[in-house]
Amino acid sequence: MSIFPEINLFGLFSQLLVGMINGSFYALLSLGLAIIFGLLRIINFAQGAFYMLGAFGAWLSLQFLGLNYWWALLLVPVGVGLLGTLLERTLIRRISGEGELYSLLLTFGVALIVQGLFSKWFGVSGLPYQVPELLQGGIRLPVMYLPTYRVWILLLSLGVCLAAWLLIERTRLGSYLRAGTENPQLMKAFGINVPLIVTLTYSFGVALAGLAGVLAAPVYSVSPLMGSNILIVVFAIVVIGSMGSIGGAILTGLGMGVIEGLTKYFYPEASATVIFLVMVLVLIFKPAGLFARAA
Amino acid sequence: MKKLLHILAASLISSAPVTGSTAEATVSDGKVKIGVLADMSGVYADACGPGCLEAVRMAVDNFGGSVLGAPIEVVSADDQNKPDLGAAKVREWIEQGQVDAVTGLVSTAVTGAATKLLTANERIALIVGAASNAFTTSECSPFNAHWTYDVVSLVAGTVKPMVESGKKKWFFITADYTFGYDLEKAATEIITASGGEVLGSVRAPLGTTDFSSYVLQAQASGAEVIAMANSSADLVNALKAASEFGITEMADVAGLLVVTTAAKAMDPSVAAGMNLTAPFYWDMDEVTRDWSARFKARSSVSIPTALHASAYSSTLHYLKAIEAAGTDEAKAVMAKMKTMPVNDVFSRNGYLRRDGRLVHDMYLVRIKGPSERESENDIFVVEKTLPGDDVYLSLEAGGCSFALNRQ
Repeated sequence: MSIFPEINLFGLFSQLLVGMINGSFYALLSLGLAIIFGLLRIINFAQGAFYMLGAFGAWLSLQFLGLNYWWALLLVPVGVGLLGTLLERTLIRRISGEGELYSLLLTFGVALIVQGLFSKWFGVSGLPYQVPELLQGGIRLPVMYLPTYRVWILLLSLGVCLAAWLLIERTRLGSYLRAGTENPQLMKAFGINVPLIVTLTYSFGVALAGLAGVLAAPVYSVSPLMGSNILIVVFAIVVIGSMGSIGGAILTGLGMGVIEGLTKYFYPEASATVIFLVMVLVLIFKPAGLFARAA
Repeated sequence: MKKLLHILAASLISSAPVTGSTAEATVSDGKVKIGVLADMSGVYADACGPGCLEAVRMAVDNFGGSVLGAPIEVVSADDQNKPDLGAAKVREWIEQGQVDAVTGLVSTAVTGAATKLLTANERIALIVGAASNAFTTSECSPFNAHWTYDVVSLVAGTVKPMVESGKKKWFFITADYTFGYDLEKAATEIITASGGEVLGSVRAPLGTTDFSSYVLQAQASGAEVIAMANSSADLVNALKAASEFGITEMADVAGLLVVTTAAKAMDPSVAAGMNLTAPFYWDMDEVTRDWSARFKARSSVSIPTALHASAYSSTLHYLKAIEAAGTDEAKAVMAKMKTMPVNDVFSRNGYLRRDGRLVHDMYLVRIKGPSERESENDIFVVEKTLPGDDVYLSLEAGGCSFALNRQ
């Protein structure tokens, strides 16, 4: 305690909790990226844009369709997933087999266009979105005041992450997915519709970003820039966890949220860079990522 | 008929160089070129950005599109809040583009880099968005005109009354670059001078989305006032986190630089009642309402900001000074700018001081509650006019060397 005389255990605990909640966002977003990369070898730089579209979807459906948060939570990820289907069918499919770099450039371009259009239409200041009535208020813990909505974010994201992991790693559908990308020719010979699997996987990965966007709408401003702010961090997380490792993405997401939270407490100036520092260290000492499977 | 044409042609040919040479004698390169350098797409884009560009164009149009017979040209660039990008653009404008003056200048970091280049090349900087007061004090230059506000005038009206009303303990959430530090420093000086104390501060990187860690630290400090030494999207996000974690019920939040676009994006029930110092409000009187209606008709902004009006005002004053000086030579124009009073939609009782500071009236405003608002842009109530000489640092206190030496 003598080195850090200002450490307050209560403060530290609350920062850990807040870090974990942010980490669950990272987990949700990096999970989508890891699924798309791990199964399809597409580097999806549009993931941030889909996250932003999820938040805007919630805002727009409230403003123009009168749909409340719960409907948005259900419908917007589906809508965002369908946009993903459209993107995959019309553009990404055309560059399949051209290498990962092409998918990066294509999706990055799409993301910039979408972000630019939304900035023009809605401005960058952000739009307010209320926390749903059921989840307003909070719990007064001895260490801090914990907003109910944050608990909801934590629980829902972890639940979705776990379900997605089980689906891909532990079910027959998941094994088709993995096999279809491992050896598409063989799977086609078995009568499996591989292009359909690719489209569904991409749409699912993107829908996860849409879900994260809806979850984020009440806590962060709904802003066209929200996607690009978080995208680079999430990519760093995927790299740290090992590109394509689904479990790795989830655990790293949570872990990095906690590390970032602690940095915000001890040395806030570095909070925007700490994750990249970890990335550099991981790339030096374990270039394949922390959770890389033995080849 | 043919002869007539010959005469006509001859007279046209002979007259052309004559007008040309008059313009050349007074206006360099035969045109006046104004560069608008601003964050066009990032966190500060709504506060100034494309709106400032349109405001500059509006000033040029209102002036008639030409000065001393030379056309006025407006160019723009997105600095993305990066000093290196901004400086590269300004250098290009100076070396290849014959730019005479640069306006916009929003991020303090970009403005610092840009003004150094402009001064070295004897071009005028019309600083609209940057709030650090360095541009007219420690880093002052005979080529700087600092138009909208500065950190001292922004905290002048807001902080002192709060401390005097008994809110003695303060904590800062500060944007982690020069602007934030300067704003925090200016506020701290007033707080301590009025008998308050600063319990601590935390520095959040520009563009932070989640401020929950920072507001928790502010709460843990036991402060009575949490001062936001940031602006725009950062301010909106910080306030959002403060209300989410129940801090707004236990402490007051003081926004030190609240542009109308940010005020509009805040949750009205949380922001209601907040007092702040503003250099301009669109709904202040007939003149501002009329200007804002005309401005909104030609731009895509949702609500005019002080920066938009200031970009208009500074450009117009610059053009008037060129006309009065009979040249666009920077020193002569700046001399005129500093002798002509500035009274327009933005600046009231304004004058450009020797150190480059536009001293003009500021306003103490209060953010309206949800029930008081008659339209989505009905955000502030102007409570009090703060005369410019009371809120800006005096010439002597600022200590700008070239301005003091001339005395």
